[in-house]
Amino acid sequence: MWTRSLFSPKTDIDKGTYVTLSLISVAVILALWCLLTYGGITPRDFLAAPHEVVQAGIKRMANMSLFEHMWASLVVILSGFILASIFAVPIGILMGSFRAVQALIEPITGFMRYIPVSALIPLLILWIGIGIEQKIMVIFLGTFFQQLILISDVSARISKDLIDCAYTLGADRRRVVTRVLVPACMPGVMDNLRVTMGWAWTYLVVAELVAADTGLGYMILNAMRGLFTDVILLGVFTIGILGLITDFFFKWARRRLLPWSADF
Amino acid sequence: MSMLSLRDITVRFEPKGKPPVLALDDVSLDVANDTFSVIVGPSGCGKSTLLRLVAGLETPTSGRLELDGQPINGPSADRGMVFQSYTLFPWLTVRENVMFGPKLKGLSKSECEDIADDLIKAVHLDGFEKSYPKELSGGMRQRVALARALANDPRILLMDEPFGALDSQTRQMMQELLLDVWQTRRKTVLFITHDIDEAIFLGDEVHVMSARPGLIKQSLDINIPRPRHIDALTSPEFMDYKRTILSLMHHEAIKAEDAANQRKSA
Repeated sequence: MWTRSLFSPKTDIDKGTYVTLSLISVAVILALWCLLTYGGITPRDFLAAPHEVVQAGIKRMANMSLFEHMWASLVVILSGFILASIFAVPIGILMGSFRAVQALIEPITGFMRYIPVSALIPLLILWIGIGIEQKIMVIFLGTFFQQLILISDVSARISKDLIDCAYTLGADRRRVVTRVLVPACMPGVMDNLRVTMGWAWTYLVVAELVAADTGLGYMILNAMRGLFTDVILLGVFTIGILGLITDFFFKWARRRLLPWSADF
Repeated sequence: MSMLSLRDITVRFEPKGKPPVLALDDVSLDVANDTFSVIVGPSGCGKSTLLRLVAGLETPTSGRLELDGQPINGPSADRGMVFQSYTLFPWLTVRENVMFGPKLKGLSKSECEDIADDLIKAVHLDGFEKSYPKELSGGMRQRVALARALANDPRILLMDEPFGALDSQTRQMMQELLLDVWQTRRKTVLFITHDIDEAIFLGDEVHVMSARPGLIKQSLDINIPRPRHIDALTSPEFMDYKRTILSLMHHEAIKAEDAANQRKSA
């Protein structure tokens, strides 16, 4: 008899199975890590052992330096990300729904999205120096153009019937934009902010490449010089965990702010 | 007196790199006050274009459109429309959706709420005022869309295959509900469908359209007494109308098929 199983595409599985499978994948990675290090397969200055990473973490939490690095990185990431979003959301919505705005902006975004942010760092140093502004600018440039394209796409996909319907209900152009187009874009905007927030984290090390004296990226780069793989891994795990927290925040905010929206 | 008048309407689309399409060819149509007029035709006959012209969402290549003697110029709240696709604003509750038009007009909150609650009751959705569209079935959504269009108290109600996406049982129920609302509120309605049964069941008059070029082939008065119920669908006079319209449309389908074949062989 034909039944749906774990191995049928697009089939739901119960929550217990889901959690078990997730735990297995984490456990396999951890086991592999233990095997490589405690099994003596890799030298310690090549890959630190789990307990060394934990010790490095405890030490840096005790003297608060880990939190200082976290705070420094969060300020850079959030400033750059919020600044990018403030411009990208309205411009992106207009770009997706007004051909004239699209014509004005598309050549720039189309070009800029292929430029690696690291290629712009020399110019950024020349123009705005090596302070925190430069680091924020790296995050800004890394996320802004991506956000613009994604949000413009959200706006372009809003059903034309929804707009036409608002006209037949007596809305003028301005109100069609403010009362229909903008709210209709919000779920897509939230989803893409969440995605680009993840990308912003991936620019962190690049942002802290130049003249930084604090921050998780700096901590990692600095540890590289002495081959302190325990500190490097600590930095990596911290970024990963902070990334997960911001991701959960966005999921929570979407559910909270847009309860009417159908898909999560 | 006819309140909506279309004179010699022609719409020509000129897609880039393709031969021009004559979507509507010299169409004239009058809709009298308080009548329920239905336009029935195959897909691609330009019936939706016709309705969008009346809504003011499109402009004709040539011809005149007038409502109460005034030329139609752009969309307005005096021509409410119900679309085939679900067009409720998902971020607004049922009541807020129905209040959308009155609020734009600048009516006070309590006036808007009174209008909304009255109409929500008329479409049998009381109890769902605070629901979001995502919580409603397709039929319920279209009932809200109807209430929302009526909330502006439009001169004419335009309906573009509003029940086209619904299953046949829901569809029948919606048709009866629509007639019920129409009977008590007396509105001029222009309704578009490709479903012959729906056209006869609803209409005071049915205009049969043909495709390529789109034109009104024949207009029939439907003399089936109101109020009409489901048993009207099987009455002999209903069958007579259906036979007439079917043969008109069948003839059209053959012609369209021949034309398509000729284009291919050319």
